[in-house]
Amino acid sequence: MAAKVLTVTSGKGGVGKTTITANLGAALASHNQKVVCIDGDIGLRNLDVVLGLENRIVYDIVDVVEGRCKLRQAMIRDKRIEGLFLIPAAQTRDKTAVSPSDMVRICDELRPDYDWVIIDSPAGIERGFRNALAPADRVFVVTNPEVSAVRDADRIIGITEAEEKGPAQLIINRINPAMVERGDMISTIDIVELLAIELIGIIPEDSNVIVSTNRGLPIVLDGKSQAGQALQNIARRVMGENVPFLDLNDQGGFFKQIGKLFSSGGKNE
Amino acid sequence: MNPNIEIKGISEGLLATIGEGDWTEIRQALLELIQTQADFFKGADLTLNVGDHEIKAADLGKLRDQISENDVILRGLISKSPRTEENAKSLGLTTHFERPQPERSGKAFDTSVGGDEAIFVQRTLRSGNNIIYPGHVVVIGDVNPGAEIISGGNIIVWGRLRGTVHAGASGDETALVCALELAPTQLRIAETVSITPSSKKKPKPEVASLKDGQVIAEVWDIHKSKK
Repeated sequence: MAAKVLTVTSGKGGVGKTTITANLGAALASHNQKVVCIDGDIGLRNLDVVLGLENRIVYDIVDVVEGRCKLRQAMIRDKRIEGLFLIPAAQTRDKTAVSPSDMVRICDELRPDYDWVIIDSPAGIERGFRNALAPADRVFVVTNPEVSAVRDADRIIGITEAEEKGPAQLIINRINPAMVERGDMISTIDIVELLAIELIGIIPEDSNVIVSTNRGLPIVLDGKSQAGQALQNIARRVMGENVPFLDLNDQGGFFKQIGKLFSSGGKNE
Repeated sequence: MNPNIEIKGISEGLLATIGEGDWTEIRQALLELIQTQADFFKGADLTLNVGDHEIKAADLGKLRDQISENDVILRGLISKSPRTEENAKSLGLTTHFERPQPERSGKAFDTSVGGDEAIFVQRTLRSGNNIIYPGHVVVIGDVNPGAEIISGGNIIVWGRLRGTVHAGASGDETALVCALELAPTQLRIAETVSITPSSKKKPKPEVASLKDGQVIAEVWDIHKSKK
Protein backbone atom coordinates (compact mmCIF):
# COMPACT_ATOMS: atom_id res chain seq x y z
CA MET A 1 0.00 0.00 0.00
CA ALA A 2 1.12 3.53 -0.63
CA ALA A 3 -1.35 5.98 0.83
CA LYS A 4 -2.41 9.05 -1.10
CA VAL A 5 -2.63 12.23 0.95
CA LEU A 6 -5.83 14.25 0.42
CA THR A 7 -6.00 17.75 1.85
CA VAL A 8 -9.45 19.25 2.39
CA THR A 9 -9.28 23.03 2.45
CA SER A 10 -11.34 26.14 1.66
CA GLY A 11 -9.86 29.43 2.79
CA LYS A 12 -13.11 30.54 4.34
CA GLY A 13 -14.27 29.00 7.61
CA GLY A 14 -17.54 27.21 8.20
CA VAL A 15 -18.03 25.82 4.71
CA GLY A 16 -17.89 22.19 5.83
CA LYS A 17 -14.26 21.04 5.63
CA THR A 18 -14.40 19.07 8.86
CA THR A 19 -17.74 17.41 8.07
CA ILE A 20 -16.47 16.45 4.62
CA THR A 21 -13.17 15.11 6.00
CA ALA A 22 -14.97 12.97 8.60
CA ASN A 23 -17.50 11.63 6.12
CA LEU A 24 -15.03 11.03 3.33
CA GLY A 25 -12.91 9.10 5.83
CA ALA A 26 -15.89 7.04 7.03
CA ALA A 27 -17.11 6.41 3.47
CA LEU A 28 -13.69 5.28 2.23
CA ALA A 29 -13.26 3.03 5.27
CA SER A 30 -16.67 1.49 4.57
CA HIS A 31 -15.26 0.44 1.19
CA ASN A 32 -12.58 -1.61 3.00
CA GLN A 33 -9.96 1.10 2.68
CA LYS A 34 -7.55 1.90 5.51
CA VAL A 35 -7.91 5.59 6.26
CA VAL A 36 -6.21 8.02 8.63
CA CYS A 37 -7.84 11.42 9.20
CA ILE A 38 -5.55 14.13 10.53
CA ASP A 39 -6.96 17.22 12.22
CA GLY A 40 -4.82 20.13 11.02
CA ASP A 41 -6.61 22.73 13.08
CA ILE A 42 -4.30 22.92 16.09
CA GLY A 43 -5.84 25.04 18.83
CA LEU A 44 -9.39 24.74 17.47
CA ARG A 45 -9.77 21.03 16.98
CA ASN A 46 -13.15 19.73 15.83
CA LEU A 47 -12.64 16.60 13.80
CA ASP A 48 -12.57 14.43 16.93
CA VAL A 49 -15.97 15.84 17.97
CA VAL A 50 -17.54 15.29 14.56
CA LEU A 51 -16.25 11.72 14.51
CA GLY A 52 -17.45 11.19 18.10
CA LEU A 53 -13.95 10.28 19.31
CA GLU A 54 -13.27 13.24 21.57
CA ASN A 55 -13.30 11.28 24.83
CA ARG A 56 -10.66 8.83 23.63
CA ILE A 57 -7.85 11.33 23.01
CA VAL A 58 -4.70 10.63 25.02
CA TYR A 59 -1.96 11.88 22.72
CA ASP A 60 -2.21 14.34 19.84
CA ILE A 61 -0.20 15.40 16.81
CA VAL A 62 1.94 17.86 18.78
CA ASP A 63 2.93 15.05 21.14
CA VAL A 64 4.08 13.09 18.09
CA VAL A 65 6.04 16.02 16.65
CA GLU A 66 7.67 16.80 19.98
CA GLY A 67 8.54 13.14 20.59
CA ARG A 68 6.37 12.50 23.65
CA CYS A 69 4.75 9.50 21.99
CA LYS A 70 5.00 7.28 18.95
CA LEU A 71 2.80 8.00 15.94
CA ARG A 72 0.81 4.82 16.53
CA GLN A 73 -0.01 5.89 20.09
CA ALA A 74 -1.67 9.10 18.87
CA MET A 75 -3.89 7.24 16.41
CA ILE A 76 -7.43 6.63 17.62
CA ARG A 77 -9.18 3.67 16.03
CA ASP A 78 -12.86 4.15 15.27
CA LYS A 79 -14.68 1.19 16.81
CA ARG A 80 -17.78 1.57 14.62
CA ILE A 81 -16.02 1.69 11.27
CA GLU A 82 -13.29 -0.84 10.58
CA GLY A 83 -10.16 0.74 9.12
CA LEU A 84 -10.78 4.36 10.18
CA PHE A 85 -8.24 6.18 12.36
CA LEU A 86 -7.92 9.71 13.68
CA ILE A 87 -4.85 11.71 14.62
CA PRO A 88 -6.28 14.56 16.69
CA ALA A 89 -4.93 18.09 16.92
CA ALA A 90 -3.74 19.62 20.18
CA GLN A 91 -6.19 22.01 21.75
CA THR A 92 -3.78 23.82 24.07
CA ARG A 93 -1.20 24.83 21.45
CA ASP A 94 -1.20 26.81 18.22
CA LYS A 95 -0.34 26.22 14.57
CA THR A 96 3.36 27.00 15.01
CA ALA A 97 3.80 23.83 17.10
CA VAL A 98 3.91 21.88 13.83
CA SER A 99 5.90 22.75 10.68
CA PRO A 100 5.17 21.79 7.07
CA SER A 101 8.13 19.40 7.12
CA ASP A 102 6.74 17.69 10.26
CA MET A 103 3.52 17.05 8.34
CA VAL A 104 5.42 15.62 5.40
CA ARG A 105 7.36 13.35 7.76
CA ILE A 106 4.20 12.09 9.52
CA CYS A 107 2.45 11.38 6.23
CA ASP A 108 5.50 9.57 4.86
CA GLU A 109 5.51 7.39 7.95
CA LEU A 110 1.83 6.53 7.38
CA ARG A 111 2.04 5.91 3.64
CA PRO A 112 3.23 2.27 3.61
CA ASP A 113 0.44 0.98 5.88
CA TYR A 114 -2.68 2.85 4.76
CA ASP A 115 -4.67 3.64 1.60
CA TRP A 116 -5.65 7.23 2.35
CA VAL A 117 -4.51 10.03 4.62
CA ILE A 118 -7.06 12.85 4.78
CA ILE A 119 -5.97 16.16 6.26
CA ASP A 120 -8.57 18.59 7.55
CA SER A 121 -7.05 22.01 6.92
CA PRO A 122 -7.91 24.99 9.11
CA ALA A 123 -9.44 28.10 7.58
CA GLY A 124 -7.10 30.85 6.43
CA ILE A 125 -3.95 30.90 4.33
CA GLU A 126 -1.40 30.98 7.12
CA ARG A 127 0.78 28.39 8.80
CA GLY A 128 -1.99 25.86 9.51
CA PHE A 129 -3.00 25.81 5.87
CA ARG A 130 0.65 25.56 4.77
CA ASN A 131 1.06 22.59 7.11
CA ALA A 132 -1.96 20.87 5.60
CA LEU A 133 -0.88 21.61 2.04
CA ALA A 134 2.76 20.51 2.32
CA PRO A 135 2.25 16.72 2.15
CA ALA A 136 -0.79 16.79 -0.19
CA ASP A 137 -1.01 14.56 -3.27
CA ARG A 138 -4.52 15.81 -4.03
CA VAL A 139 -6.23 18.97 -2.85
CA PHE A 140 -9.99 19.24 -2.39
CA VAL A 141 -11.22 22.81 -2.28
CA VAL A 142 -14.57 23.14 -0.53
CA THR A 143 -16.83 26.08 -1.24
CA ASN A 144 -20.40 27.12 -0.57
CA PRO A 145 -22.60 28.86 -3.11
CA GLU A 146 -21.74 32.25 -1.59
CA VAL A 147 -19.65 34.98 -3.17
CA SER A 148 -17.22 35.24 -0.26
CA ALA A 149 -16.61 31.49 -0.07
CA VAL A 150 -16.01 31.32 -3.83
CA ARG A 151 -13.59 34.24 -3.68
CA ASP A 152 -11.59 32.53 -0.93
CA ALA A 153 -11.63 29.26 -2.85
CA ASP A 154 -10.12 31.10 -5.82
CA ARG A 155 -7.31 32.43 -3.62
CA ILE A 156 -6.64 28.96 -2.22
CA ILE A 157 -6.53 27.45 -5.71
CA GLY A 158 -4.02 30.13 -6.73
CA ILE A 159 -1.73 29.28 -3.81
CA THR A 160 -2.11 25.56 -4.48
CA GLU A 161 -1.06 26.11 -8.08
CA ALA A 162 1.89 28.28 -7.07
CA GLU A 163 3.08 25.57 -4.67
CA GLU A 164 2.73 23.09 -7.52
CA LYS A 165 0.35 20.94 -5.45
CA GLY A 166 -2.49 20.98 -7.95
CA PRO A 167 -4.57 20.39 -9.85
CA ALA A 168 -7.07 21.00 -7.11
CA GLN A 169 -10.57 19.52 -7.30
CA LEU A 170 -13.75 21.26 -6.25
CA ILE A 171 -16.48 20.26 -3.80
CA ILE A 172 -19.54 22.50 -3.67
CA ASN A 173 -21.26 22.10 -0.33
CA ARG A 174 -24.71 23.11 0.92
CA ILE A 175 -26.32 23.86 -2.40
CA ASN A 176 -30.04 24.50 -2.21
CA PRO A 177 -31.61 23.49 -5.55
CA ALA A 178 -34.83 25.41 -4.88
CA MET A 179 -32.95 28.65 -4.21
CA VAL A 180 -30.79 28.19 -7.32
CA GLU A 181 -33.95 27.64 -9.31
CA ARG A 182 -35.37 30.93 -8.08
CA GLY A 183 -32.12 32.70 -8.92
CA ASP A 184 -31.41 33.46 -5.25
CA MET A 185 -28.24 31.39 -5.05
CA ILE A 186 -25.15 31.21 -7.22
CA SER A 187 -25.45 28.13 -9.36
CA THR A 188 -22.94 25.33 -9.67
CA ILE A 189 -22.38 26.39 -13.23
CA ASP A 190 -21.29 29.92 -12.24
CA ILE A 191 -18.93 28.58 -9.59
CA VAL A 192 -17.30 26.07 -11.91
CA GLU A 193 -17.00 28.72 -14.62
CA LEU A 194 -15.16 31.11 -12.32
CA LEU A 195 -12.91 28.65 -10.52
CA ALA A 196 -12.18 26.60 -13.63
CA ILE A 197 -11.13 23.40 -11.86
CA GLU A 198 -12.53 19.91 -11.97
CA LEU A 199 -15.70 19.33 -9.95
CA ILE A 200 -15.64 16.18 -7.81
CA GLY A 201 -18.74 16.64 -5.67
CA ILE A 202 -21.94 18.59 -5.15
CA ILE A 203 -23.51 18.20 -1.71
CA PRO A 204 -27.05 19.47 -1.13
CA GLU A 205 -28.11 21.40 1.95
CA ASP A 206 -29.44 18.82 4.41
CA SER A 207 -30.48 19.48 7.99
CA ASN A 208 -29.67 15.85 8.88
CA VAL A 209 -26.00 16.83 8.70
CA ILE A 210 -26.34 19.02 11.78
CA VAL A 211 -28.01 16.21 13.69
CA SER A 212 -25.37 13.65 12.75
CA THR A 213 -22.52 16.08 13.45
CA ASN A 214 -23.89 16.81 16.90
CA ARG A 215 -24.17 13.10 17.61
CA GLY A 216 -20.65 12.41 16.34
CA LEU A 217 -21.98 9.92 13.82
CA PRO A 218 -20.88 10.37 10.19
CA ILE A 219 -23.88 11.04 7.91
CA VAL A 220 -22.59 8.62 5.26
CA LEU A 221 -23.72 5.86 7.61
CA ASP A 222 -27.29 7.16 7.20
CA GLY A 223 -28.52 5.56 4.00
CA LYS A 224 -31.52 7.87 3.63
CA SER A 225 -29.76 11.23 3.68
CA GLN A 226 -29.15 12.93 0.34
CA ALA A 227 -26.03 14.67 1.66
CA GLY A 228 -24.77 11.31 2.90
CA GLN A 229 -25.34 9.85 -0.55
CA ALA A 230 -23.48 12.74 -2.19
CA LEU A 231 -20.53 12.18 0.16
CA GLN A 232 -20.54 8.44 -0.58
CA ASN A 233 -20.38 9.32 -4.27
CA ILE A 234 -17.38 11.60 -3.71
CA ALA A 235 -15.61 8.75 -1.92
CA ARG A 236 -16.26 6.45 -4.89
CA ARG A 237 -14.98 9.10 -7.32
CA VAL A 238 -11.87 9.47 -5.14
CA MET A 239 -11.27 5.76 -5.59
CA GLY A 240 -11.46 6.22 -9.34
CA GLU A 241 -15.02 5.11 -10.04
CA ASN A 242 -17.07 7.04 -12.55
CA VAL A 243 -20.17 8.05 -10.60
CA PRO A 244 -22.74 10.43 -12.12
CA PHE A 245 -23.69 13.49 -10.10
CA LEU A 246 -26.84 13.16 -7.98
CA ASP A 247 -30.03 14.39 -9.54
CA LEU A 248 -31.01 16.95 -6.93
CA ASN A 249 -34.75 16.86 -7.66
CA ASP A 250 -35.77 20.01 -9.53
CA GLN A 251 -32.37 20.46 -11.13
CA GLY A 252 -33.12 18.79 -14.43
CA GLY A 253 -32.04 21.85 -16.37
CA PHE A 254 -28.85 22.12 -14.46
CA PHE A 255 -27.16 19.03 -15.89
CA LYS A 256 -28.06 20.13 -19.34
CA GLN A 257 -26.38 23.42 -18.52
CA ILE A 258 -23.24 21.67 -17.33
CA GLY A 259 -23.08 19.79 -20.60
CA LYS A 260 -23.62 23.03 -22.44
CA LEU A 261 -20.84 24.75 -20.51
CA PHE A 262 -18.25 22.16 -21.45
CA SER A 263 -19.33 21.79 -25.03
CA SER A 264 -19.35 25.52 -25.68
CA GLY A 265 -15.90 25.95 -24.18
CA GLY A 266 -17.06 27.86 -21.15
CA LYS A 267 -19.05 30.66 -22.77
CA ASN A 268 -22.34 30.90 -21.04
CA GLU A 269 -24.62 33.64 -19.80
CA MET B 1 31.34 33.12 4.29
CA ASN B 2 30.14 33.04 0.73
CA PRO B 3 31.20 36.24 -1.02
CA ASN B 4 27.92 36.15 -2.97
CA ILE B 5 25.81 36.78 0.13
CA GLU B 6 25.86 40.14 1.82
CA ILE B 7 23.93 40.58 5.06
CA LYS B 8 22.99 43.92 6.52
CA GLY B 9 20.54 45.21 9.10
CA ILE B 10 17.61 47.30 7.89
CA SER B 11 14.62 48.71 9.73
CA GLU B 12 12.51 45.71 8.65
CA GLY B 13 15.04 43.19 10.02
CA LEU B 14 17.86 41.66 8.01
CA LEU B 15 18.47 42.05 4.31
CA ALA B 16 20.47 39.38 2.49
CA THR B 17 21.62 40.51 -0.93
CA ILE B 18 22.43 37.62 -3.23
CA GLY B 19 25.05 38.16 -5.90
CA GLU B 20 25.58 36.35 -9.15
CA GLY B 21 26.43 32.66 -9.39
CA ASP B 22 24.74 29.29 -9.24
CA TRP B 23 21.48 29.59 -7.31
CA THR B 24 21.58 26.06 -5.85
CA GLU B 25 25.04 26.73 -4.38
CA ILE B 26 24.12 30.13 -3.04
CA ARG B 27 20.92 28.73 -1.57
CA GLN B 28 22.91 26.05 0.26
CA ALA B 29 25.46 28.60 1.42
CA LEU B 30 22.69 30.81 2.79
CA LEU B 31 21.19 27.97 4.81
CA GLU B 32 24.62 27.02 6.15
CA LEU B 33 25.27 30.62 7.07
CA ILE B 34 22.01 30.78 9.03
CA GLN B 35 22.80 27.49 10.78
CA THR B 36 26.38 28.34 11.70
CA GLN B 37 25.49 31.80 12.96
CA ALA B 38 22.27 30.70 14.61
CA ASP B 39 22.66 33.14 17.52
CA PHE B 40 22.87 36.08 15.20
CA PHE B 41 19.93 35.06 13.01
CA LYS B 42 17.61 33.63 15.67
CA GLY B 43 14.21 35.32 15.63
CA ALA B 44 15.13 37.64 12.76
CA ASP B 45 12.86 38.80 9.97
CA LEU B 46 14.75 38.12 6.78
CA THR B 47 14.31 39.74 3.41
CA LEU B 48 16.15 38.34 0.39
CA ASN B 49 17.26 40.47 -2.51
CA VAL B 50 17.83 37.89 -5.21
CA GLY B 51 18.52 40.22 -8.12
CA ASP B 52 18.22 38.45 -11.44
CA HIS B 53 17.85 34.90 -10.10
CA GLU B 54 14.71 33.10 -11.27
CA ILE B 55 13.19 31.14 -8.39
CA LYS B 56 10.24 28.76 -8.66
CA ALA B 57 7.38 28.99 -6.18
CA ALA B 58 7.90 25.44 -4.93
CA ASP B 59 11.60 26.06 -4.33
CA LEU B 60 10.83 29.33 -2.60
CA GLY B 61 8.26 27.62 -0.37
CA LYS B 62 10.81 24.97 0.56
CA LEU B 63 13.46 27.57 1.26
CA ARG B 64 11.07 29.44 3.54
CA ASP B 65 10.35 26.24 5.48
CA GLN B 66 14.04 25.44 5.79
CA ILE B 67 14.77 28.96 6.96
CA SER B 68 11.92 28.85 9.47
CA GLU B 69 13.37 25.68 10.99
CA ASN B 70 16.21 27.89 12.23
CA ASP B 71 13.79 30.30 13.87
CA VAL B 72 14.24 32.85 11.12
CA ILE B 73 11.19 34.20 9.32
CA LEU B 74 11.38 34.89 5.62
CA ARG B 75 9.33 38.05 5.30
CA GLY B 76 10.16 39.40 1.91
CA LEU B 77 11.80 38.81 -1.40
CA ILE B 78 13.05 41.45 -3.75
CA SER B 79 13.64 40.43 -7.30
CA LYS B 80 14.23 41.95 -10.69
CA SER B 81 12.33 39.12 -12.34
CA PRO B 82 8.58 39.73 -12.48
CA ARG B 83 7.95 35.99 -12.43
CA THR B 84 9.98 35.41 -9.29
CA GLU B 85 8.31 38.42 -7.72
CA GLU B 86 4.92 36.99 -8.56
CA ASN B 87 5.91 33.64 -7.05
CA ALA B 88 7.00 35.41 -3.89
CA LYS B 89 3.71 37.28 -3.69
CA SER B 90 1.71 34.12 -4.12
CA LEU B 91 3.47 32.81 -1.01
CA GLY B 92 2.52 35.93 0.87
CA LEU B 93 6.00 37.47 0.92
CA THR B 94 6.43 41.22 0.64
CA THR B 95 8.19 42.17 -2.54
CA HIS B 96 9.02 45.75 -1.78
CA PHE B 97 9.54 47.90 1.24
CA GLU B 98 7.04 50.49 2.40
CA ARG B 99 9.38 53.16 1.12
CA PRO B 100 10.25 52.17 -2.41
CA GLN B 101 13.91 51.40 -2.78
CA PRO B 102 15.66 54.23 -4.55
CA GLU B 103 17.35 51.81 -6.93
CA ARG B 104 14.02 50.41 -8.09
CA SER B 105 11.74 53.42 -7.95
CA GLY B 106 13.56 55.04 -10.85
CA LYS B 107 13.04 51.95 -12.94
CA ALA B 108 9.56 50.93 -11.88
CA PHE B 109 7.70 53.70 -13.62
CA ASP B 110 10.21 54.83 -16.17
CA THR B 111 7.98 56.39 -18.80
CA SER B 112 10.80 56.57 -21.32
CA VAL B 113 10.20 52.86 -21.76
CA GLY B 114 6.85 54.06 -23.04
CA GLY B 115 4.82 51.11 -24.06
CA ASP B 116 7.55 49.20 -25.76
CA GLU B 117 8.08 46.61 -23.10
CA ALA B 118 5.39 44.14 -22.20
CA ILE B 119 4.95 41.02 -20.18
CA PHE B 120 2.95 38.08 -21.28
CA VAL B 121 1.04 36.00 -18.75
CA GLN B 122 -0.53 32.80 -19.95
CA ARG B 123 -2.66 31.65 -17.06
CA THR B 124 -5.68 32.64 -15.04
CA LEU B 125 -5.01 35.31 -12.44
CA ARG B 126 -6.85 34.33 -9.30
CA SER B 127 -7.87 36.27 -6.23
CA GLY B 128 -4.73 37.49 -4.47
CA ASN B 129 -2.51 37.39 -7.56
CA ASN B 130 -1.19 40.71 -8.77
CA ILE B 131 0.99 41.99 -11.53
CA ILE B 132 2.72 45.33 -11.31
CA TYR B 133 4.68 46.17 -14.42
CA PRO B 134 5.92 49.42 -15.94
CA GLY B 135 5.16 48.31 -19.51
CA HIS B 136 2.13 46.70 -21.11
CA VAL B 137 0.51 43.61 -19.66
CA VAL B 138 -0.97 40.88 -21.82
CA VAL B 139 -2.92 38.06 -20.19
CA ILE B 140 -4.22 34.98 -21.93
CA GLY B 141 -6.69 33.62 -19.40
CA ASP B 142 -9.20 35.10 -17.00
CA VAL B 143 -8.57 37.79 -14.41
CA ASN B 144 -10.78 36.79 -11.49
CA PRO B 145 -12.30 39.09 -8.85
CA GLY B 146 -9.68 39.87 -6.22
CA ALA B 147 -6.80 39.80 -8.73
CA GLU B 148 -5.07 43.06 -9.65
CA ILE B 149 -3.05 44.33 -12.59
CA ILE B 150 -1.21 47.64 -12.47
CA SER B 151 0.46 48.56 -15.73
CA GLY B 152 2.33 51.61 -16.96
CA GLY B 153 0.89 50.96 -20.41
CA ASN B 154 -2.02 49.05 -21.88
CA ILE B 155 -3.70 45.98 -20.46
CA ILE B 156 -4.98 43.30 -22.80
CA VAL B 157 -6.92 40.34 -21.44
CA TRP B 158 -7.80 37.49 -23.76
CA GLY B 159 -10.44 36.15 -21.42
CA ARG B 160 -12.85 37.42 -18.80
CA LEU B 161 -11.67 40.49 -16.94
CA ARG B 162 -13.38 40.63 -13.54
CA GLY B 163 -10.62 41.84 -11.24
CA THR B 164 -9.18 45.31 -10.67
CA VAL B 165 -7.00 46.87 -13.37
CA HIS B 166 -5.04 50.10 -13.61
CA ALA B 167 -3.68 51.00 -17.03
CA GLY B 168 -1.38 53.98 -17.62
CA ALA B 169 -0.58 53.94 -13.92
CA SER B 170 2.33 56.34 -14.41
CA GLY B 171 -0.04 58.95 -15.83
CA ASP B 172 -0.47 57.89 -19.46
CA GLU B 173 -3.98 59.01 -20.39
CA THR B 174 -3.86 57.27 -23.77
CA ALA B 175 -3.64 53.81 -22.19
CA LEU B 176 -6.25 51.21 -23.13
CA VAL B 177 -7.81 48.21 -21.46
CA CYS B 178 -9.14 45.49 -23.76
CA ALA B 179 -10.85 42.25 -22.80
CA LEU B 180 -13.04 39.60 -24.38
CA GLU B 181 -15.43 40.20 -21.52
CA LEU B 182 -14.88 43.54 -19.83
CA ALA B 183 -16.46 43.35 -16.38
CA PRO B 184 -13.76 44.55 -13.96
CA THR B 185 -14.47 45.17 -10.29
CA GLN B 186 -12.78 48.51 -10.83
CA LEU B 187 -11.04 49.99 -13.85
CA ARG B 188 -8.53 52.84 -13.68
CA ILE B 189 -6.83 54.65 -16.48
CA ALA B 190 -4.16 57.16 -15.39
CA GLU B 191 -5.85 59.12 -12.57
CA THR B 192 -9.44 58.25 -13.45
CA VAL B 193 -11.33 55.55 -11.59
CA SER B 194 -14.47 53.87 -12.85
CA ILE B 195 -16.75 51.10 -11.71
CA THR B 196 -18.34 48.89 -14.34
CA PRO B 197 -22.12 48.85 -14.30
CA SER B 198 -23.31 45.28 -13.96
CA SER B 199 -24.69 44.04 -17.22
CA LYS B 200 -26.66 40.94 -18.01
CA LYS B 201 -26.33 41.05 -21.76
CA LYS B 202 -24.16 38.70 -23.74
CA PRO B 203 -20.52 39.71 -23.29
CA LYS B 204 -18.66 41.08 -26.28
CA PRO B 205 -15.00 42.09 -26.64
CA GLU B 206 -14.63 45.68 -25.50
CA VAL B 207 -12.00 48.41 -25.33
CA ALA B 208 -11.94 50.94 -22.52
CA SER B 209 -10.21 54.28 -22.98
CA LEU B 210 -10.22 57.76 -21.53
CA LYS B 211 -12.29 60.36 -23.36
CA ASP B 212 -12.74 63.86 -21.93
CA GLY B 213 -11.78 62.66 -18.48
CA GLN B 214 -14.22 59.74 -18.48
CA VAL B 215 -13.62 56.06 -18.97
CA ILE B 216 -15.60 54.90 -21.99
CA ALA B 217 -16.00 51.25 -22.94
CA GLU B 218 -16.79 50.48 -26.56
CA VAL B 219 -17.60 47.19 -28.20
CA TRP B 220 -14.72 46.14 -30.42
CA ASP B 221 -15.76 46.75 -34.02
CA ILE B 222 -13.65 44.75 -36.44
CA HIS B 223 -14.68 46.83 -39.47
CA LYS B 224 -14.03 50.16 -37.81
CA SER B 225 -10.60 49.08 -36.65
CA LYS B 226 -9.52 48.28 -40.20
CA LYS B 227 -9.65 51.92 -41.36
